[in-house]
Order: sequence, then structure tokens, then C-alpha cells
Amino acid sequence: MITAWPEVVEVPSQTKAVGARVASLQAVSKNYGQVKALKNVQLSVHAGELLALLGPNGAGKTTAVKLMLGLTSPSAGQVSVFGGNPMLPEVRMRIGAMLQVAKVPETLRVREHLDLFSSYYLNPLPMAETLAAAGLEAIKDRKFGELSGGQRQRALFALAICGNPDIVFLDEPSVGLDVEARRMLWDQIRKLVAYGKTVLLTTHYLQEADALADRVVVINKGEIIAEGTPAEIKARTSGRKIRCISKLAVETIRSFPGVLNVKADREAFEINAVDAELVVRELLRRDDSLSGLEITSAGLEEAFLALTQASSNAV
Amino acid sequence: MATSSTTFPLVAPMRPLGKTLLLYVKETKYEFLKYLRLPIYALSTVLFPVMFYVLFGLVMNRQGTFHSVTVSTYLLATYGTFGTMGASLFANGAGVAAERGLGWLQVKRASPMPPFANFVAKFFVSMIFSSIIELALLGLGITFGGVHIGAGAAAKLVATLVIGSIPFSALGLAIGYFAGPNSAPAIVNMIYLPISFLSGLWVPVDMLPKFLQHVATGMPPYHLAQLALNMIGIPTGGGSFWFHWEFLIGFMLISLGIARIGVQRDEKMYG
Repeated sequence: MITAWPEVVEVPSQTKAVGARVASLQAVSKNYGQVKALKNVQLSVHAGELLALLGPNGAGKTTAVKLMLGLTSPSAGQVSVFGGNPMLPEVRMRIGAMLQVAKVPETLRVREHLDLFSSYYLNPLPMAETLAAAGLEAIKDRKFGELSGGQRQRALFALAICGNPDIVFLDEPSVGLDVEARRMLWDQIRKLVAYGKTVLLTTHYLQEADALADRVVVINKGEIIAEGTPAEIKARTSGRKIRCISKLAVETIRSFPGVLNVKADREAFEINAVDAELVVRELLRRDDSLSGLEITSAGLEEAFLALTQASSNAV
Repeated sequence: MATSSTTFPLVAPMRPLGKTLLLYVKETKYEFLKYLRLPIYALSTVLFPVMFYVLFGLVMNRQGTFHSVTVSTYLLATYGTFGTMGASLFANGAGVAAERGLGWLQVKRASPMPPFANFVAKFFVSMIFSSIIELALLGLGITFGGVHIGAGAAAKLVATLVIGSIPFSALGLAIGYFAGPNSAPAIVNMIYLPISFLSGLWVPVDMLPKFLQHVATGMPPYHLAQLALNMIGIPTGGGSFWFHWEFLIGFMLISLGIARIGVQRDEKMYG
């Protein structure tokens, strides 16, 4: 349970790069029955930054967002947004949220939804500004049910920003969008940060985190496994996949330095490697009949594998 | 101290009364528009009672009288009750189940909307639809059915049904919190149609077999119908005027209690 919220929060003066802490999870765990969605998570969002919470489906990203929105209470630990409980109306006044929603009431028009949500806030943006910021001017009179996937996400984005909040939570904003619609939404998210807003975005696309975020926190199975700038995260996930046909034994290859794991795929081996060059050199040295060599950069799945491996090695 | 981009207010900014009122007006307005533009809702909740009334009150039984009033007058009260119940159960039962099950309610909960605003709006919308239905019946009855009813009695009849929609909205809310988004309309129908019959809304309760008349006294719509009939000069059956109101208030409190359990269960499971 959440208890005893401080009346005033002392915010140390810091450089702009690391602004004041505006939202945080402190040693937060969240259980849904037997399922441990978050395990002792420590997370801070600083003023003016765009923080990407990156992780596969079911990693606990949405749970973290719901906790910071005050939609649910933590099983243990403390959630704080602007120094208070996010369930408080005065804290909610400064929050905007874009959640994953299966169906929005379809018979209301975009501007009608915006008019209603704006009335919840004390100092909302003028409607024209919200429409412009989300690129909705041309479709403001359309009913929600008539929007395409990209337009729908932009309209939900508009609902998140219409109250002129200080922090905006975007839960998987670009899921299911095509490339063009995704780029358009990205532009709008970037503008938001340029206006000085703080943004927490969840995604399972490494590319999206890379394109937008100042800082990335990687989460897997309810635990934070890595944290850093997009460049740092990419450097740590630069594992690659090697495919080749070789007469060497699986165990031999597995013992090479830089190999994360090896599996047999039909006649070939699939090797995940931290340092592909080192592994390939070793393979060619030991097996002169090696053929069908392919090296590809690792997908997200391999990237997570590399990170999880790295984090368990560090412990 | 706070940096330039972030300030931490010491005092909670209060929403001024004017803004709060405007918020509730808008919530109700858009909730109303939402249902008005939904043909399945607008048609089924308004059209069915009107159709039944035209058929049984205006086309058939033209010369009939019942309890010293014409059949067309008597049915204003019972089909009005039927309409009120339908409008309230569908707006709240099916409406809440869909918004809750498909994630929309969560978007609203994450916003600074006052926690009960969307439920209050749904209750108001049910009241508005209840009055539309009853005004339509009155218009038809007076124009085509030879209904003679004073303006005062008509106003009291409409007011009774509008207030009487509240307990059924509460039941709708309880259904909305336990039913899935797809099954809710079917569940509402399974409750609404049988209890309409058992409460004497289709066939006057005095014409039902004796044992069903006993069953009727346990049905909330029966009590609202007795109150509506009282407004058009028919003495209430099965208890005094205030007993019927007490029954409806008790029923409302139980429904709200069940809805509350649903809210808590929901927040625990999906929150």
C-alpha cells in the first residue's frame, strides 16, 4: 500500500540533461495473483526527457505505466508522480496518457472526444493547437469509428496531450501501425519533447526506442535488465547471428569465446554471438570444410537474450 | 527548489464550480449523443415500447377500459415503465460492459475526470431517454388514442418514470461490471424481457394467473409501474405509495452494492 506522501518534494537543482525526478517507482513489486508482473523495480523519469521502457510482450511495461497512472496500486514499494500519489486528482491534472485500447466509443467525432477530455483539465490547450499537434485538422469532424489505424492512434495521442500535461505516458503508441503512420506519430512525439514535456514511452521495438529516446530502460520478466542511452543499449545488444554448415560438434562451438548459444537448424548451426568476428575466425580455423556462412545482425529476441545473459553474468 | 520546467504545487488546484458543472454537462451531452447515434440502442430502446403501445393500446383494444381508465391510458404507465427499464439497463449494462471490457474506461480513469462523472452521465442519459419514450407515448396516446390526461398528471407520470430509471440504471451498472462486453446485451435481454412480463408490463398484472401475481410483487418494475399508474389515478396495488418507493430504493442500494463489488474486483484483477 501507498502510505504517507511527502507534502513537499525537495528537488535538487540539476543540469538540464538530468532534470528533476518527476515520476518514480521505488522498489515496486506488483503481483496479479500468482503472476509477478514487476519484481522490485526501481525506475525514475526526469523532467524534460523521453524515456523509453523497452521490453518484449509481457515484460511488465504496461504494468509499470498503470502504476504510474494510479490505475492500480503496487503490491510493495512506492509510486510517486510529482511528489504525490498518482491517484490524486491534482496529480492527474498534470498527466496525459495514451493507453492500449481495443475500442473507443465510435459514434463520437474526434473534436467531440477532445472537447470532453479538455474539460477534465484546468488549463487545456486550445482545441486548434491540439488538433495541429496531432495532425488531426483535416479529420476533426470524423467519427472515431471511421478512422484508420494511424488516425486512431493520433486521436488517442491528442487525448493524451489536450490537457497540456507536464508528463505524458504513451503505452505502445505505434503498435500495429504501418511505417508511414509510425513515422508521423514519431514526429509528433518528438515535438512534444521539444515543447519541454516529459515523456515515458513503452515499446517493443528497439528501433523506436533508438529513434526517440534520450534514455532507454530495458525490462524483461518484470525486472530491469539494462539502462542507458540508446547508443549504449545498442552497443550492448550488438550481438549477431551466424549461420553455417560445419562438421564441428555443437559442444565445441558452444565452448568458443563470444558464443551465447548454439542450436542446430536442419543441416546448419545457428550461433548467437557477442563478437561475431572472433567466433567466425575460430570456426574457419578449426573447420576448413565449413560452408554456407551467413552473418546477420541480431533481432530483438537475440538482443534481449544478449542483455539477459549479460545481466545474469554480472550478478 | 523546483527547476524551471517543473513545479510541484503545494496546494491542490481546485476545479472551480463552474468548470465542474460544465464538465458534467459535457459528459452527459456526449454520452447522450453517443447513444443517439447508435441505431441499435436508440431504435431498440425507444422503438420497442412505442411499437407495443401502438399495437396494444391504439390499434387493438380501442374501446376497452380497465380500472375506470381507457386501455390506452393504462398502458401509458406500463409501457412507459417497460421503456424506462430498457433504456436504463442497456445504457448502463451493455454500455459499461463494453467500455470496461475494451479498455475505454481505463483511459477515462487515467484522466482527471471526477471518478463518478461517466456513471452520473449514464444515469442522466437513461433519464433523458426515459422521458423521450414517455413523451412519445403520451403524444401518440393523446393524438390517436383518445387519452384525456391533465398537464399536471402527465408531468407527474413523466417525472415518476424519470426518477424511477435510477434504480434500473444501478442494476445496469451491476450487470456492466460483471458481464463481458459481448455477452452483456444478451444478459440484459435475459433479465429485461422476462421480468417485464412477470411485472405485468405487457399484460396487466390483474390478468396474470394468481401465482404469477405473487411473483410480480417481488419484481422491481412492478413497483415502478404501480407508482406510474398511481399518477394517472389508479390506486396502487400490492402496498402503499411509499412502500413501492421504499422497495425501489432498497433494490437500488443492493444493485449499487453489487456494482461496487464489481468495481473493486475489476481494479484488483485488471487495474
